[in-house]
Amino acid sequence: MTWLSIIVAGILTYFTRMTMIALVDRDMLKDKIKAVLEYVPSAVFPAIIFPAIFINDYGAFIEMNDPKIFGAIVAIIVGYFSKNIIATILSGLISYWFLIFIVFS
Amino acid sequence: MLSKKQLFTKGMLDISPHMLSVIPFGIICGAIGVELGFNPYLVYAMSIIIFGGASQIVFLQVISGGASSLVAVASVGIINSRHLLYGAVLSEYLEKLSFIKKLLISYFVVDQGFAESNKFFKKNKLEQHLHYHLIGTGCTMWVCWQIATLSGIILGSFVPEELGLKFTIPLTFIAIVVQDLKKIDHLIVMITCGLSSLLFFDAPFKSYIIISPVIALFVASLILRLKK
Repeated sequence: MTWLSIIVAGILTYFTRMTMIALVDRDMLKDKIKAVLEYVPSAVFPAIIFPAIFINDYGAFIEMNDPKIFGAIVAIIVGYFSKNIIATILSGLISYWFLIFIVFS
Repeated sequence: MLSKKQLFTKGMLDISPHMLSVIPFGIICGAIGVELGFNPYLVYAMSIIIFGGASQIVFLQVISGGASSLVAVASVGIINSRHLLYGAVLSEYLEKLSFIKKLLISYFVVDQGFAESNKFFKKNKLEQHLHYHLIGTGCTMWVCWQIATLSGIILGSFVPEELGLKFTIPLTFIAIVVQDLKKIDHLIVMITCGLSSLLFFDAPFKSYIIISPVIALFVASLILRLKK
């Protein structure tokens, strides 16, 4: 039963990937919609970022002094100026580690 | 004009920094599946059949939590519905491909691959074989995801949980959007999406992941209207 539902979930996922690329003719989209689509990355990724920072594993809001907030702020500043993905990730992670292993330990 | 091979390599290089978060997340994903008591083959098969990090974990958690498989399938569908938006954006650059090629390339559309290839496409609209960049990002992601989930399944959670490597997930996406923070319209859209995702976090089937982008895109359309 679980196998069957994985296959159904896989087909469903594949359709979410394929539908707009293969089945929808781009000319059907009006210019207005195309202009709005420019915002897709900015409109989607914060829905992954915010809960991952502000909500803990048990579905509750974190405290405002949580190390993750500090790590995220460092990553934003370093990322903004360095324009480098590795520097962004590592600076955020290392400042997070600094807090949880050294400051708060 | 870049060759197909050059574009493919560029795609691989553009996405590879994100593996800093993808690989630990894949290991965690594989290890969780086994820890929850699922058949290892089943856990691994998901990496091929579904090939979508967060949705794979949610699927297993929902099933092991005792919910029906219908709920699990619906959650996966809703979490992954954001790909519809990626597809709508990418279709502009892929429209010249044959139907079969479109069907094949679709399998490789993932968050980070979409983000990096879309950035490249915007700057290089005139390239002839643009889709090789997307194949490059997608294949890199696929190979790393398979290796990472497989090692998580076989070796268990050999990455200590105390390291908090799950935190690399928001960091990788911060790296993707951070340069757009200086554009006030994008900043408003991002904040709208982020706050909506917190507000609707408890909505059923993890639907905040698609509700908040829809709200944010609606705000984007209002911004565009005001700009005129």
